[in-house]
Amino acid sequence: MSVPRYWREIPRRSRLEAAKCKDCGAVVYPPRCRCAKCGSVEFEAYRLPETGTLVTYTIVRNPPKWFEKASPYIIGLVKLEDGTTIMSQITDIEPEEVKAGIPVEAVLRKVMEDGDSGIIEYAIKFRPRL
Amino acid sequence: MRKVAIVGAGMTKVDKHWRRSLKELFGEAGTAALSGCGAPKVDALIVGNMCASDLSDQNNIGSLLADYLGMNPTTAYRVEAACGSGGAAFLAAYTAVASGIYDVVLTGGVEKLTDGVGGNTTFSLGKAADAEYELFYGASFVSLNALIMRHYMGFYGVPREAFADLSVMMHRNGSKNPFAQLPFEIKRETVLNSDMISDPITLFDCAPVGDGAAAVVLCPLEDAKRYSDAYVEVAGVAGASDTINIASRDDLLTFRSTVVAADRAYRMARVTPSDIDVAEIHDTFTITGAISLEDLGFCERGKFHKMMENGAFEPGGLVAINPSGGLKSRGHPVGATGAYQIAEIFLQLTGRAGRMQVPDATVGLAQNIGGSGSCAFVSILRRG
Ligand SMILES: [Zn+2]
Repeated sequence: MSVPRYWREIPRRSRLEAAKCKDCGAVVYPPRCRCAKCGSVEFEAYRLPETGTLVTYTIVRNPPKWFEKASPYIIGLVKLEDGTTIMSQITDIEPEEVKAGIPVEAVLRKVMEDGDSGIIEYAIKFRPRL
Repeated sequence: MRKVAIVGAGMTKVDKHWRRSLKELFGEAGTAALSGCGAPKVDALIVGNMCASDLSDQNNIGSLLADYLGMNPTTAYRVEAACGSGGAAFLAAYTAVASGIYDVVLTGGVEKLTDGVGGNTTFSLGKAADAEYELFYGASFVSLNALIMRHYMGFYGVPREAFADLSVMMHRNGSKNPFAQLPFEIKRETVLNSDMISDPITLFDCAPVGDGAAAVVLCPLEDAKRYSDAYVEVAGVAGASDTINIASRDDLLTFRSTVVAADRAYRMARVTPSDIDVAEIHDTFTITGAISLEDLGFCERGKFHKMMENGAFEPGGLVAINPSGGLKSRGHPVGATGAYQIAEIFLQLTGRAGRMQVPDATVGLAQNIGGSGSCAFVSILRRG
């Protein structure tokens, strides 16, 4: 991923910034330019809650390139307190111990290094709630 | 709008074709399709493909293939909709003929995955997902479907073995297909004991990686007899989209793109799911096949395994599913898969499917998915 492309998504991936429709209140993550529920184009920035529940998960054992060193790692869908569902890595837990339904919380972590651009990329992951 | 017919079809065996290039594969399929209908002059070539720019360092493959097939000057371009590229190209070709702008269109798909080395192929296929919000986190194509499968098993209480049985059925069918990449039968244990790829998906839940090309020739229905006695009518064709990332969906256990595309195609063809005699469905993974059976209206949600116990999806059952072996056994040359499905239904409805033949097949359906359900294309064909 190129440096500008990584840089411009930082608010979404490291602060969980979503968009809230000013007309119908729908929360969309990642942000869209037009609301799928009501058609509005008026949004305001909205900070997603940092805690939620693990809905489903998998353990990636055959990773895409650039993720080989991290394998095996856990990917999951997290339902946040406000009902928004987001995908991320689940960290600070062994693959054998992870279970659907556990409470989790956001934590900023390194996702990957030595891609084609050479940058070290950070983003929110989720860990079991302390 | 004019009615449209398919008058010819051709395909290569799906395989790891180390000695053959992208253009050689499509050359074989395209030539076979054209020679089956008297080698007409082609007005346009519309080809589906996903990975050529990543794995073969080649864009602009419409021109590449038109040149290789000796068609210049013609209209030629590529359509890309990830694994749904073949179905999308077919929809574009149908529209081109139905509109009256073109008379004879060669459409199909080609994929050359074995030109990728190491993790490049997995990475390239991963681009079907949301690059910034899925692939960024290391989610592979398999892992996104694994998230859905685990949720499905927990939500409906469907045992893991049920998915294995779907794979067994596909291999039993595919063992009769001379074009299949994996034409052999397997046991339930083969699936359960194969390598874990992304829990709970094991190797034998997955379609294999392979190369291939398939093509069909379209023309106005009223002209069909001029080209071939064996033709089928394109009775319905539709596409639909959904969110590119699976986290944004209200319901993880259905692909809305398939539901909407199928509904449109059924209405256009004036048929219902119970009218379909044979269907080629998009079983990239066993979970994808299970959800597709439900989304197409062939069974209730969470009940596919109960239906299988009664032989509902075997030839002679409610609807013959994937007599080709489907993506699991025939193989899944990504951007070509949708074209294989349509070519296979064409062979079924013209009574030339050999040992795969479903008796008295009159109406057939092909369902082609792109990404993890972010787009779908459904085509319904009727015997001419
Ligand atoms: Zn709205």
